[in-house]
Amino acid sequence: MTASLDFSPEEITAIRLSLRVAVWAMLGSLPAGIAVALLLARGRFWGKSLLNAVVHLPLVMPPVVTGYLLLLLFGRRGLLGHFLAEYLGIVLAFRWTGAALAGAVMGFPLMVRSIRLSIDAVDRRLEDTAATLGANACWVFATITLPLILPGVLAGMILSFARALGEFGATITFVSNIPGETQTLPTAIYTFLQVPGGDFAAFRLTLVSIAISLAALFASEVLVERATRRALGL
Amino acid sequence: MLSVRVGHRFGSFVLDAAFDSAGGLTALFGRSGAGKTSLINAIAGLLRPERGHIVIDGEVLSDTERGIFVPPRRRHIGYVFQEGRLFPHLTVKQNLLYGRWFAPRGGGGAEIDRVIELLGVGPLLARRPANLSGGEKQRVAIGRALLARPRLLVMDEPLASLDEARKTEILPYIERLRDTAGVPIVYVSHQVAEVARLATTLVVLDEGRVAAVGPPARIMGRIDLFPLTGRAEAGAILATRVTGHDAAFGLTTLHAAAGDLLVPHLDLPVGAALRVRIRARDVMIALMPPVGLSALNVLPGTVTEIGRADGPIVEMQLDCAGEALVARLTRRSVEGLGLRPGRAVYAVIKSIAFDNHAFAGTAPVASDADAETRQG
Repeated sequence: MTASLDFSPEEITAIRLSLRVAVWAMLGSLPAGIAVALLLARGRFWGKSLLNAVVHLPLVMPPVVTGYLLLLLFGRRGLLGHFLAEYLGIVLAFRWTGAALAGAVMGFPLMVRSIRLSIDAVDRRLEDTAATLGANACWVFATITLPLILPGVLAGMILSFARALGEFGATITFVSNIPGETQTLPTAIYTFLQVPGGDFAAFRLTLVSIAISLAALFASEVLVERATRRALGL
Repeated sequence: MLSVRVGHRFGSFVLDAAFDSAGGLTALFGRSGAGKTSLINAIAGLLRPERGHIVIDGEVLSDTERGIFVPPRRRHIGYVFQEGRLFPHLTVKQNLLYGRWFAPRGGGGAEIDRVIELLGVGPLLARRPANLSGGEKQRVAIGRALLARPRLLVMDEPLASLDEARKTEILPYIERLRDTAGVPIVYVSHQVAEVARLATTLVVLDEGRVAAVGPPARIMGRIDLFPLTGRAEAGAILATRVTGHDAAFGLTTLHAAAGDLLVPHLDLPVGAALRVRIRARDVMIALMPPVGLSALNVLPGTVTEIGRADGPIVEMQLDCAGEALVARLTRRSVEGLGLRPGRAVYAVIKSIAFDNHAFAGTAPVASDADAETRQG
């Protein structure tokens, strides 16, 4: 049994790639997540419910559909993909960056939801108070709002990370399943299950998946707890 | 110099109030819903009124006719809220210093030490708001507003959420603020005792309108305002000075223009200025100097006004050597004694009437003399 814990280079590549994809999906979508959550929680503008619907779309659509739409948009000949490749030299389709994008899009509704709930819970009178003390909107956000919503932001980040880590349908549709480039844990598990004798490797990667997810959950528990205590001043 | 004129409609409630203040502590007094908080929100810029202007020391903070509206953060008005509103994620020290990041330069550490000393918050600096008592929170909130170097401090019922003991703890700090900090204050309250003790100018609000403005002694002595100032608690305010102590009987003598008052012992030095509130219900009226009576305080005066008598109770105002005193009697007594304006009478007040509660309107007040001259 001990020998079975020695991962093959292929498996290690998949694990490292998965972590990289999930971390980038989480970090990359964070600024947009906070901005959209603020817009949805505080903004009053035409089309707000439309924005809300679009943000939540990946949650309710089949992941394959999301992946196909990403391919249409960000593929080499896609509307945005063409522009990015031509002018910025950024190619997403069939690259690990594309996997990160797919993970980010799939986790985005969860992240926005978590942050938005914490923004709704902020006592806006504290922000008024900061204004009477001379703080402008940016300072109020940085020194009052952000510290108070930190637990929600952290929880949203963990949700986004976990969702990106487990992402399968959109990823395989958008960036395929290329070992060393776009083969993440779920797609690697899927691949091992397709070949005779791959069961054991699939099982080992499953255990790794569970371990990473549990670690993320525990880390989030600790961080959110600590951030909540800080925000409440306990 | 503060000039406020605000017109604003909230549904069926119309706020249409104006007052000026030359400094000191201006108390906005009135029942809940009279428009007090809306008025100071307009001063601080948290409410954008439909009509009117706010001018401080010649600087226009808002003027609807000229389309001027300075946002709250540029008004330099310290706001002390009813619930304190300390930032929960910051320590007491960080809360206190919050406004200083944005305040005009100057002062420095000495000023911080002075405010910490004034409010007695030194031992709390490392703590967080969740671990403070209500009274401590309010003191920190006052300090935070002060350290932002406001040109005006507005306070919205800062004692309302506190119990009696905490109130007694904070009132002296507010008095020191008024007398030493040199920042004018607009203070909202619906507590007669608080207002009587603190105000240099009293603005009585009634359903969104200003019913009366003036020195508290004059306003509190007006029987036509009793429905607003609260009948049960209504009473006149006398400016007095401690002239002696009687250790044998545990009494203190206070000198007022109206005459000398003997009250239960006060722990104040001879010469200390003091406001005394005499509730109308504690005053008896005699036609002759009473003999064989236990009450120690007898002030000669003249009836100046008798209130409307549509029930069993009648309020009247007396002039005692230039100071207004008010009394509540039964209509039967008023008719039985043949009381009418101009009649010379003696106001009788038991020393015991100056219990803690009636006495809550008592405090050393530097600006009392001014209030009296303006009143005269």
